Amino acid sequence: MGLEEKLPDGVLLASVEKLVNWTRKSSLWPATFGLACCAIEMMTFGAPRYDSARFGMEVFRASPRQADLMIVAGRVSQKMAPVLRQIYDQMPEPRWVLAMGVCASSGGMFNNYAIVQGVDHVVPVDMYLPGCPPRPEMLIDAILKLHHKIMNEPLGPKRAKRLADQKVELVPSSVKYAR
Amino acid sequence: MGGPTERPVPDDSTPEQSAAHIERATVSQGPNDSPFGVERHGMFGVAGSGDTSGFGGLVREPQPEPDAERPYGGFFDEIFDNLTAAYPQTAQGVSKVVVYRDEMTLHVRREHLIGIVKTLRNDPSLRFELCSSVSGVDYYNPNDAATNRLHAVYHLTSMTYRWRVRLEVAVSVDDPHVPSVTRLYPTADWQEREAWDMFGIIFDGHPALTRVLMPDDWDGHPQRKDYPLGGIPVQYKGATIPPPDERRAYK
Amino acid sequence: MREEWECTVSDAYVPSRPTTEGRVYNLSGGDWEQVLGTDPIAEERLVLNMGPQHPSTHGVLRLVLELEGETVTDARVVVGYLHTGIEKNTEFRTWTQGVTFLTRADYLSPFFNETAYCMGVERLLGVEVPSRAQLIRVLMMEINRLSSHWVWLATGGMELGALTAMTNGFRAREKCLDVFEMITGLRMNHAYIRPGGVAQDLPDGYDEKIRDWLREMYQELTGVNKLLTGQTVWVNRLKDVGWIGVEGCLALGVTGPILRAAGLPWDLRKTEPYLGYETFDFEVPTDDRGDCWSRFVVRVAEMYESLKIVAQVLDRLEPGPTMIDDPKIAWPAKLAMGPDGMGNSLEHVQKIMNTSMESLIHHFKLVTEGFRVPPGQVYQTVESPRGELGAHVVSDGGTRPYRVHFREPSFINLQATATMSIGGMIADVIASVASIDPVMGGCDR
Repeated sequence: MGLEEKLPDGVLLASVEKLVNWTRKSSLWPATFGLACCAIEMMTFGAPRYDSARFGMEVFRASPRQADLMIVAGRVSQKMAPVLRQIYDQMPEPRWVLAMGVCASSGGMFNNYAIVQGVDHVVPVDMYLPGCPPRPEMLIDAILKLHHKIMNEPLGPKRAKRLADQKVELVPSSVKYAR
Repeated sequence: MGGPTERPVPDDSTPEQSAAHIERATVSQGPNDSPFGVERHGMFGVAGSGDTSGFGGLVREPQPEPDAERPYGGFFDEIFDNLTAAYPQTAQGVSKVVVYRDEMTLHVRREHLIGIVKTLRNDPSLRFELCSSVSGVDYYNPNDAATNRLHAVYHLTSMTYRWRVRLEVAVSVDDPHVPSVTRLYPTADWQEREAWDMFGIIFDGHPALTRVLMPDDWDGHPQRKDYPLGGIPVQYKGATIPPPDERRAYK
Repeated sequence: MREEWECTVSDAYVPSRPTTEGRVYNLSGGDWEQVLGTDPIAEERLVLNMGPQHPSTHGVLRLVLELEGETVTDARVVVGYLHTGIEKNTEFRTWTQGVTFLTRADYLSPFFNETAYCMGVERLLGVEVPSRAQLIRVLMMEINRLSSHWVWLATGGMELGALTAMTNGFRAREKCLDVFEMITGLRMNHAYIRPGGVAQDLPDGYDEKIRDWLREMYQELTGVNKLLTGQTVWVNRLKDVGWIGVEGCLALGVTGPILRAAGLPWDLRKTEPYLGYETFDFEVPTDDRGDCWSRFVVRVAEMYESLKIVAQVLDRLEPGPTMIDDPKIAWPAKLAMGPDGMGNSLEHVQKIMNTSMESLIHHFKLVTEGFRVPPGQVYQTVESPRGELGAHVVSDGGTRPYRVHFREPSFINLQATATMSIGGMIADVIASVASIDPVMGGCDR
């Protein structure tokens, strides 16, 4: 995604790819999408004890136009779903979505008329984080795994080829992105 | 039909049931008084039908509460007497008085609701300044469609005398109109909107009766008993678990 | 002679011709204001939507403001973006499972939700919990009051631009969450207070931990006073902003710190004592100005009072049961830490698996079906950090609640937003909403 789709393939691109991915993951700016209890844990993630600034993420951009990562923290109700989609659409590429908490991942304990059963009904999700609410350490773990995923994101024609192959191995992310 | 019935002798065949029943006596109640109706016995299993599968769903048996007898006890008599003195049509307006667990509920007819609420608020011997809560309850009885199943419940607090009282107005689904108390208690504004949204009780005279919790174009009134919980079946390790309102349940 | 409505602009700009009907003007687009002579700027209304996703609206709250310049002429509040159907969900779960749902309504003060509901259930059951359980409930609630006020201070400060208040507030809150984690096992949404008592007893070493915590809280509060209370910018942001008087509060049903800041010392812990609050020695702070500054002062004073109550509880705790004695209601097992995590204690497992079949059946039925609550309804109130939290619990005699409605202070207090904001500036709307301290989870349930 982004501008690099247009770049030509080649040896040079491999190191550029790593460089670009590294810059992206080092300063992921989250968009504030805190909804409910998970939002409080997300705020404590930005607070002094579980510092998010050491990951480059202390700037919670209020405007989605300046954000890279949308952390959907909390339960998404039917009334909020179109707003969620609108905020996601306003984010420029490259963008990632982290579904924080079970309510965002799958509807959680609220299996009923009012809650969207997983935000992947509304936006494409890159990382699911269970927990009710997940501890800030769990959120850090999810973000680090997301960093790893971003680092391994291929750019350019290699990416196009990979997408064309479309064979997805079902490997748990704790194994795939483990260090 | 509304008084407590004779309690059957507990079944001593299983050890748990020979233990003492949990009901304790309170100020105004004896151990057999259950204003809501018949006590249900046994923790598990069915009664009254041969269907033991549990797929009949959760069985609810709301029954009308019995009228309490004077004296009510505590300050409830004072409230009722002051109300009768200040609002002469109290006898027609209040269809039933229930006193249970140190709380008084006045079942009010909707024509007299505004008069009674106004009296409760303004009269110096009553002075219920704060309307704590306005909400709805759906007493849905599938066997008895004629009852007024939608209840609008008002909790009033008198800060001067430190009293609390509950008013209940019952309406049916076909004619769910209740006069709005917003002109008397502006706090009822959003709470009546919530009762409309969730139950479909229409409050006449409300400045802007629109949905407050659900999206504006939502169909149906979610907290009614005949509205499904919604929800989807969940797959977990090869099994599919249905949403909570479709699971096997007995009572 | 010209009619009143006839154009006064010279005909060179607006070609016209007389007809039998009167003068007919040919207008092209854009010059309507010239013809009518009205001032377009003054007639325009600017409607600004501070949408549900906003860093300063304290959660998913939508404010639709009508502005004239910087002044707010009308404010409408739209809620419902976090409606979860918690109340309907409880109708399909047992009485004990209802606690896990209701604790997530107002997620910043979960113990208050749990206590209001459990006390309502216990009133319907007609039982009284042991005194140690009551003291533990008071302890957890007062620590929760502190952690909730810390979040109010942190988010309120952040919304007004005082970012250090946010970092300090969350740092102080972490210390409260450490205490919670030690006692209940979770940082938030604990489901610790159950009908009949509390889930498990206080662990060893709680006394020392809480006393250390008390000392740290006093230090943090001193820090707040140094940082904010005397600071000119903070004072000017909050003084004379968002005023509401006692009559307005009562009419709108506003309770809690807002009512106390307006001057009326109405605190349910004093006026309708529950759980033994009448035996504790604490004050109810009030102020007489009724603006955002008063609410700040009142809440900080409340934090000091809560610390006093916690110290008194610690001195008063005696060993004893934490769950009611009645086997029909009490949770059957003691929880303990085992080799595979938290679960039923080993003695209990041995008893139900090896010795007594009846205990196994009893445990099974109590956990899956739950206990029965006699039919009836109660309205139980507690004083939550935001105001009067009421639980209207209706039972039909079964193992599931028939209806649970929470009278949430956030929902009711938000109705005061319009009163506080109209006539002020946009920045004051933010300060007013922050001083109301709404929690949208509680507001929408």
